[in-house]
Amino acid sequence: MAFAAFQTAEAVPQAPKRHSRIALLLLLPGIAYLMLFFLAPLVSLLLTSLQAPREFGDIGQFDYAFNWQNYVTVVQSYLPHIMRSFGYALAATVLALLFSYPLAYFIGVKARRWPMLQALMLVLVIAPFFISFLLRTLAWKQILSDESFVITSLKALSLMAPDAHFTGTPFAVIFGLTYNFIPFMTLPLYTTLERLDLRYLEAGGDLYAGPFTVFRKVTVPLSMPGIVAGTLLTFIPAAGDYVNASRDFLGGTDTQMMGNVIEANFLVLLNYPAAAALSIILMAAILVLVGLYVKRAGTEDLL
Amino acid sequence: MSGEAQAGAVLGGLVESEQQPQQRVLRTPRRGRVGLGDWLLPVYTVIAFVFLLIPIAYTFVFSFNDSVKSNIAWRGFTFDKWLNVCNVEGGAVCEAFGNSVVVGLAATVLATTLGTMIAIALVRYRFRARGAISLLLFLPMATPEVVLGAGLAAQFLAVGVAKDMTTIIIAHTMFCISFVVVTVKARVASLDPALEEAGRDLYGSPAQVFWRVTFPLLLPGIVAAALLSFALSFDDFIITNFNSGSVSTFPKYVYISASRGIPAEANVIASAVFLFALVLLIVAQVSRTARAKRLARIG
Repeated sequence: MAFAAFQTAEAVPQAPKRHSRIALLLLLPGIAYLMLFFLAPLVSLLLTSLQAPREFGDIGQFDYAFNWQNYVTVVQSYLPHIMRSFGYALAATVLALLFSYPLAYFIGVKARRWPMLQALMLVLVIAPFFISFLLRTLAWKQILSDESFVITSLKALSLMAPDAHFTGTPFAVIFGLTYNFIPFMTLPLYTTLERLDLRYLEAGGDLYAGPFTVFRKVTVPLSMPGIVAGTLLTFIPAAGDYVNASRDFLGGTDTQMMGNVIEANFLVLLNYPAAAALSIILMAAILVLVGLYVKRAGTEDLL
Repeated sequence: MSGEAQAGAVLGGLVESEQQPQQRVLRTPRRGRVGLGDWLLPVYTVIAFVFLLIPIAYTFVFSFNDSVKSNIAWRGFTFDKWLNVCNVEGGAVCEAFGNSVVVGLAATVLATTLGTMIAIALVRYRFRARGAISLLLFLPMATPEVVLGAGLAAQFLAVGVAKDMTTIIIAHTMFCISFVVVTVKARVASLDPALEEAGRDLYGSPAQVFWRVTFPLLLPGIVAAALLSFALSFDDFIITNFNSGSVSTFPKYVYISASRGIPAEANVIASAVFLFALVLLIVAQVSRTARAKRLARIG
């Protein structure tokens, strides 16, 4: 699975036994828990997405039905949000990959001679996890607000139009998504690059390949498991995120993503079927995209 | 899979790997000439770290801001907010923080217990439906948080359960289990079965062998999984938002106050948690590296 990239322990060959009763006792509580609180809710979500409003009922009252038109309605009303979710997530994933690869390469390959430095740099990569991601996002909002030093300087240097904004634009949302998910990209890249056998690169050089060709033909293919794991770890949460795109954070009215409309429909408008239908669409789309991507990347064993 | 949840996976992987001394060091070949890449990459790395750490520094600095209501403009330096964290808004920040800690501890205990049992079964026993069970464990990690949150909320709605602290704990335990399984499984797989055989040869009962041999050997993995669960639970906002009703947790408090301005006290709590975690992690990393060095010298 995608997380195999994080496992550094060497496996010892095990001889699985057939004590199926003990296995059952060990598995039962956890598996039952997941059936009850993960699988059943997904079924619940599916049923909710097909509900119809109760006749003469209040707001938020629905009856079980087979109202598949809910899906048509939400796609018609929220197509821009659906497109934005995947567009922003894709942009953030590409940016995070471009940002993280050199960083992970330095930590995993160049810094091998200094294990202490390597360890400290890893701590720095995951340091952002220890401070609430909501506060980090708000910090960027303040740093990049219209009155901030950064934006006023850019405007003074005429690098930005005097009446332009950064926060509230799609760029700000993509910026926030990229920033928040960089560690998820950097760490899996680091794990594969750290194990990269440099003799392959030397061999490439000996065979008269230039540095760029060696990078493209040797380094990148060898680090593919890290690239696949990192892009999945970034893309999936980015597509479902609604904090960065929220108006109180980096977004504006026309940057709302699927997560925002699911939240609004579920918690504010009490339109549960619409929220459920959107959730099902989001999950199905992600599973299909991830499946295709993993297949194309030629690393089926990752999942 | 949730943003913070993945952070945890990553963190778990890192903590887990601390137990392993570095096995091989592949050295960069030394070249005669100094190329472009020799200084470009270090410079880039420094800039990248500055970028990554800017919002953390900002949050930390603004915890000392002598702000009145919203903490946006710099109004002067003060220690007041650190000394009187709980005095703002009738202690709302501290109450939210306390709830986060309680939820985090409860979810950690539940998820670590259930997940460790599954991990042992997966590595040690043969059983039917292994593929289906692996899929069931993988899916929560591949599902966006908003779907997990909305699904559970729809379930609670259908069954008619009122949302409170219990529903938050149920939700957090659910998304932590898979990460515990992944973390502990790696540890079980690296355990040499001969050690347990030796225990049995010395007439240990199955319970004695488990508690005296297996469990101590698995402990580093279990601790890593527990830390990871706590970190995941503590910083979760999206799933909590759907399943908390009127109960406030620290991230939820920040989200709700975002529209009217966050008090500096929230920065104080976040900064204190950050410093605590950072010190813990640096100590763990440095001692691990030092031990690996020592082992390398002996070997």
